[in-house]
Amino acid sequence: MEQFLQHIVNGTILGGTYALLGIGLTLIFGIMRVVNFTHGELYAFGAYMTYLLVQVLELNFFVSLVLATALGVGLGAVIEFVLIRKLRSTDIDTVMLVMIGAWIALQNFWQLMFSGIAKSINHPFPTAPLVFGPISVAPVRLFVIAVAIALLVGFYLLVNRTKLGVAMRASFQDPDVAALMGVNIPLMRTLTFALGSGLAAAAGALLGPIFVVTPTMGDLVALKAFAIVILGGLGNIVGATIGGFVLALVEEFGAGYISSGYRDAMGFLLIIAVLAFKPQGLFAAKERVG
Amino acid sequence: MSARLWPWLLVAFFASVPLWIGNQYFLYILTATGIFIIAAISLNLLLGYTGQLSLGHVAFFGIGAYVAALCSLGFDLEFGATTFVFPRQPVWVGFIAAILVTAGFGWLIGRLSFKVRGAYFVIVSISFAQVMRMVALNWVDLTEGPMALNNIPPLSLWIPGEGVVGFFKKEYNYWLVLLLVVLSYVMVERIVRSRVGRAMIALRENESLARSVGVDVTRYLVVATVVSAGMAGAAGALYTHYIRIVDPDVFLFIYTVTMVIMVVTGGKGTLAGPVVGGFIFGALPEVLREVAQPEVQWILYGIAMILIVFFLPQGIVPALANWWAARRPERGAINKHARGDSPARRAKAKSP
Repeated sequence: MEQFLQHIVNGTILGGTYALLGIGLTLIFGIMRVVNFTHGELYAFGAYMTYLLVQVLELNFFVSLVLATALGVGLGAVIEFVLIRKLRSTDIDTVMLVMIGAWIALQNFWQLMFSGIAKSINHPFPTAPLVFGPISVAPVRLFVIAVAIALLVGFYLLVNRTKLGVAMRASFQDPDVAALMGVNIPLMRTLTFALGSGLAAAAGALLGPIFVVTPTMGDLVALKAFAIVILGGLGNIVGATIGGFVLALVEEFGAGYISSGYRDAMGFLLIIAVLAFKPQGLFAAKERVG
Repeated sequence: MSARLWPWLLVAFFASVPLWIGNQYFLYILTATGIFIIAAISLNLLLGYTGQLSLGHVAFFGIGAYVAALCSLGFDLEFGATTFVFPRQPVWVGFIAAILVTAGFGWLIGRLSFKVRGAYFVIVSISFAQVMRMVALNWVDLTEGPMALNNIPPLSLWIPGEGVVGFFKKEYNYWLVLLLVVLSYVMVERIVRSRVGRAMIALRENESLARSVGVDVTRYLVVATVVSAGMAGAAGALYTHYIRIVDPDVFLFIYTVTMVIMVVTGGKGTLAGPVVGGFIFGALPEVLREVAQPEVQWILYGIAMILIVFFLPQGIVPALANWWAARRPERGAINKHARGDSPARRAKAKSP
């Protein structure tokens, strides 16, 4: 029972960052219809930028997290501007090939820049775990889940309750009408991709101090993010949030009770199962891509 | 010179290479390139002709490699109290088994791709390859995990007068790979020029139209994946017996990317495309190895993929064919490559 509770706690904390990755990708894949294989690399970028700012430039930890996320937004904007903007009229396979090229190039660039050796990031929180009855949690993990939840709520409000969010969604649902209403469509496309990328970078910046930072850390994450988006239904922010927590819990319990070696396989089996049996996702949304 | 003759002259030229090359390392590169060309040809059948971007293609290659290795080494598995012993098999039994098993997986993936299309199929296929890699890493009793399967015997052949000869020599492997490249090429050529191939292309060009005229889309997709998977499995088996060691890294995504980039650069949906692309990206790592770290190679591959899509979206073979046709308008007007080498379109042109 204690182990069970501990798994739930660990899964929930991991789920917060998975949810961030998921809602970032649900904007890009679900709403923009870009099969964004660089999502995992943005996650690695967030972690590496935090490493650079905290360990090399010795900046304040919290300032570094914000800066790393902002840099992720910047890199996302560059990717959209340089690669995706020109491919708007082409088919989805073409965009996929370009994104795969960008994925491989970025991943190996991190490897070249930072070497294959794992880096760790120091954080200002005490290392002694807080003990609540049968379960124990490191304070930094509580900080991570708190920030993740704040970002999730903030993002939900941004997309669903603000004028900017309406303009963003309208740009993809009906670009012509949105343009007639005075929405700057190209700007909205860049902004959506940049914000989605920023969320991935934020997830990397938050998980970097908990785990270690390696050049291939984004490899599986891109696929996991797709799993989360498909699980939650395309473009569905609440669905992606739930999907993130579901995937994290499945992984945590799978690793705990089945085999830790197959931890990462759980997500992929989940994708294959969901797509084979319920391709529209677990939480409605009838449409699909491609 | 007749157009039917020159491909065979090219084959004859490549067959003569070991007789005069002298450089064993060069022969090694050519053999490895040939194995990848077979894999690229198999991917082209799916990617180029049915339009399904199979990004888990390396899974078939890897499964073929492991099945061939395990059959030729023998293995035993414990199920509770009982131990299941699989004795060593002759190498060719393993080779055939590799093709059959991967074709079986191809059937499964083909059935699935009927339900799951486009971006979703891509994600499922990548996930499939990742799961296979994790199985290879974690099922240590069977695969030795990261310790790899070693001492895999080379392929062997019974030669009259000499008895059973192991393919320890580089020339023998080279000729064998060349033979299989030619076989794969001819097989794909036969398929795409047949009724089945026309159905595949119809499905790529306009699926709803194909359906409405009675093309059984599921069936042809399954046929394409089964053949394509079996061929990739054969390439994997060749690889295993040639390199003689296999570890879970054969499932790395980067090898799928290598196959995709070969097909896309050469020209997807053309017969010569994967061969041309295969030569370019088979030779490039060897050139780059002299001057740069391996990461640089992959960065350049990534950039090359982006540049090709932007500036040469059809690939090299169709672009060259167009250029050739434009240079000789009086003779090249009916150039098959200029029309994307599509039998469906040619059939259309012929019909009244």
